[in-house]
Amino acid sequence: MTATWLRRLYFTVIALFLAAPLIVVAGVSVNSRQELTFPPVGFSAAWYAQIFTDPEWRLALIHSVTLAVCSAAIAVAIALPLAWFLWRRIAPWANIFQVLGLAPFILPPVITALGFLSFWATVGLFGQFFTAIISHAIFFVTLPLVTLSLGFASIDRSLVEAAATMGADDRKVLKTVVLPLILPYLVSGYAFAFVLSLNEYIVAYMTIGFTTETLPIKIFNALRYGYTPTMAAVSVFFVAVASLVFGSIARFGDIRRLLGAMSSDGN
Amino acid sequence: MRREAPKSVADYTPLFFPGLMLIIFFVVPFSTMIAVSFFKRNPSGFYTPDFVIDNYARFLSVFFGGVLGFSLMLAVLVAVCCVAIGFPFTYLLTRRPRRVQTLWLVGLLSVLSLSEVIIGFAWSTLFSHTAGITNLFVAIGLMDKPVALLPTFGAVLTGMVYQALPYTILVLYPALVRLDPTLLEAARTLGASPVKAFFNVVAPALRNTIVATLIMVFVFALGSYLLPQILGRPQHWTLSVLITDQAIYQSNMPFAAAMAVFLVLISLALVGMTLLVGRRENAL
Repeated sequence: MTATWLRRLYFTVIALFLAAPLIVVAGVSVNSRQELTFPPVGFSAAWYAQIFTDPEWRLALIHSVTLAVCSAAIAVAIALPLAWFLWRRIAPWANIFQVLGLAPFILPPVITALGFLSFWATVGLFGQFFTAIISHAIFFVTLPLVTLSLGFASIDRSLVEAAATMGADDRKVLKTVVLPLILPYLVSGYAFAFVLSLNEYIVAYMTIGFTTETLPIKIFNALRYGYTPTMAAVSVFFVAVASLVFGSIARFGDIRRLLGAMSSDGN
Repeated sequence: MRREAPKSVADYTPLFFPGLMLIIFFVVPFSTMIAVSFFKRNPSGFYTPDFVIDNYARFLSVFFGGVLGFSLMLAVLVAVCCVAIGFPFTYLLTRRPRRVQTLWLVGLLSVLSLSEVIIGFAWSTLFSHTAGITNLFVAIGLMDKPVALLPTFGAVLTGMVYQALPYTILVLYPALVRLDPTLLEAARTLGASPVKAFFNVVAPALRNTIVATLIMVFVFALGSYLLPQILGRPQHWTLSVLITDQAIYQSNMPFAAAMAVFLVLISLALVGMTLLVGRRENAL
């Protein structure tokens, strides 16, 4: 059984590689002294409290969460009708919109960010908070678009046809059959956009970075003046939110299918 | 309900909002950026409308040629490392029970969604001499005293591989999880060892997937802009870093835009190649 042991070793090494920086950061975040040392000296949860009590960190947290909640909602609002139309109608040229929805995510982020910067500066709205919300929504529209397209593709068309034969019109079919079936995909799409938006740096920086700080911007700005355990605490907070969100998707949905496995039953 | 061609204008209603949003807030900004790349720099404001090609001519210099060369080399190295580590891993993962797969996927997604700022901060901590990995080596007696492992090229490379590895695995996952298991069974029945079956059957069957993944990870790595700044020296800066630097700190939007347009062209050419490779795979 050497092969099994080799595989276990390989998996362990990769798990360690992926977890190592997070373990160190988590250790640093509970230091009792205001410095970065590992292993941690003493134990203190003060740096976690600081995220919520220090006015600057709290403001950055509020900005980040507001930005993520609103932009993910707009991203879903763009992706849902588009994915529905592409599933319901034959209109080959409409695929252009699908490509437009995928492009911001495939291109290096600095390009999309610079596009937004030149646009908002040209129309004279540079620095307003809502510009970041719209920019994030467009940047992350890819995620709900992909999950919703998967969701629509998984719908058994004969089911919908049966409803139509019974006299349901388009609107009624959409409300009673289609929407309930794709709800899990909609929630996942929202969750993906939310988590990535929370973590996004460059787009937020190039649209509102000089006027408003989000958590990633605040961490990066703080990095220049040296490291503090608060940054470590914020990082742990980010990892916790992401694991919680993706863990819930896995618990209540089928994350393997969302990530491209064909069927939900084994291989 | 079968797919039907739209019959009336009303049938197009669902497209209005998405179409409008994507055109106003993606097509227009993108076009603005292309236009700005031909504008003139205005030190007091953003730019003055004009039509000059100086911005493009400027990065044909030795300095920018060097940066471009370094960016491409770094991205290639990251892509090769990630696929070499990630391909066998993803293959083995898809052979594990569903629960194990789900657990790993949640972990990988969590790491993937981490902000580049946090990845940079975490690795700079791990490579520092106060809280770093060398402290561990000292503790077990491998080293005399802790040292700082950054800023170095190795630190930049490690950070970028860390950032791109979850992405690589998630890109490879669908192709590997859908791999026909009978292909492998046949090889095993004919007496091939698991390792031999992997190299002689699995890897060649997915050659195009590997090439497509290499290109996608390459484009992904090309977009890294904070890690080279946090973990490396100025000579390790990539094109993405220079674009940000020119746009924000040097207030030279036209030049930044010209470099971005250039980066778009490289990325588009590569994404186009991926699609071509992918199409051939699907035709099989």
